[in-house]
Amino acid sequence: MQHDDHDHDHPHDHDHGHHHDHDHGSELSEAALRVRALETVLVEKGYVDPAALDLIVETYETKIGPRNGARIVARAWSDPAFRARLLADGTAAAAEFGFGGRQGEHMKVVENRPDLHNLVVCTLCSCYPWPVLGLPPVWYKSAPFRSKAVIDPRGVLGDFGVTLPASTKIRVWDSTAEMRYLVLPMRPAGTEGWSEERLADCVTRDSMIGTGLARIPEGAA
Amino acid sequence: MSAAAAALAAVPTIPCDATGPVFREPWEAQAFAMALALHERGLFTWPEWAEALSGTIREAQAAGDPDTGETYYAHWLATLEKLVVRKGAATQERLHRLRDAWDRAARATPHGSPIDLANDPAGTS
Repeated sequence: MQHDDHDHDHPHDHDHGHHHDHDHGSELSEAALRVRALETVLVEKGYVDPAALDLIVETYETKIGPRNGARIVARAWSDPAFRARLLADGTAAAAEFGFGGRQGEHMKVVENRPDLHNLVVCTLCSCYPWPVLGLPPVWYKSAPFRSKAVIDPRGVLGDFGVTLPASTKIRVWDSTAEMRYLVLPMRPAGTEGWSEERLADCVTRDSMIGTGLARIPEGAA
Repeated sequence: MSAAAAALAAVPTIPCDATGPVFREPWEAQAFAMALALHERGLFTWPEWAEALSGTIREAQAAGDPDTGETYYAHWLATLEKLVVRKGAATQERLHRLRDAWDRAARATPHGSPIDLANDPAGTS
């Protein structure tokens, strides 16, 4: 599902936005259910503090393969044929690298252009393309981020220090159980002839969510 | 992070890259974090954990687990449950009931909304 900030005929649609393919509810894996059961009882009995758990997990939030996504993006910048395959079928192109979810969810890759910026949003960590982006950042799961991203995407980008020209349209992609999104950011200027490895260092996790832009890392120019 | 470093020193089988533990799915990180938190709380020592974990892995191998590393955190989770029950922090029955309650809550939660145990239609937890 997508929302364009230029055609807000139904400003309240977002609140009810999860209708068509969500009626069947959510599903957690067997392991995720058992982890939640443990956490519930341990929190209840005061053995663990949920905030302390979040803090530990946050330390590792970049540790499930955000580099996987960066490698995909760097390949797409370097290899037009791969880029075409990636945009046509993100799931299949990611599988060329051996990256993929086990629940058979699909990944759609949305390309940023000078006139169009993509931003991905969802509240559930299970709706995050973690095989390519790693653990979702805590802010991604927060209700304020999600609701503001849908209502005021330009404001959210501003919160992340990203200012786009007024002529750049912003499109918000709302993940569903069946479809996860990965943003293909624009290749930074001044990287002509760079190897895929060097290019991958320009690709931050946030640039693949759309809350950031790909940039030449400091000192690497 | 020193708590994690202590865990890595005591449990060298934890899958790692050059900078620390790596996880394949979010629940694995959650299970890792719970073990760290329980250790800090003093529920078990790392040598005790390592022994329980290797016991779980031995049992799984005897039952035909291929032990390719893919199931590492499945063993980790089973060990957590075992120790939590052994130390009296929870009963096996309560864990089962909560697992089922979370399952019902997830199924009753429209996709895109946070899954909360309060959404369990049976509300028995």
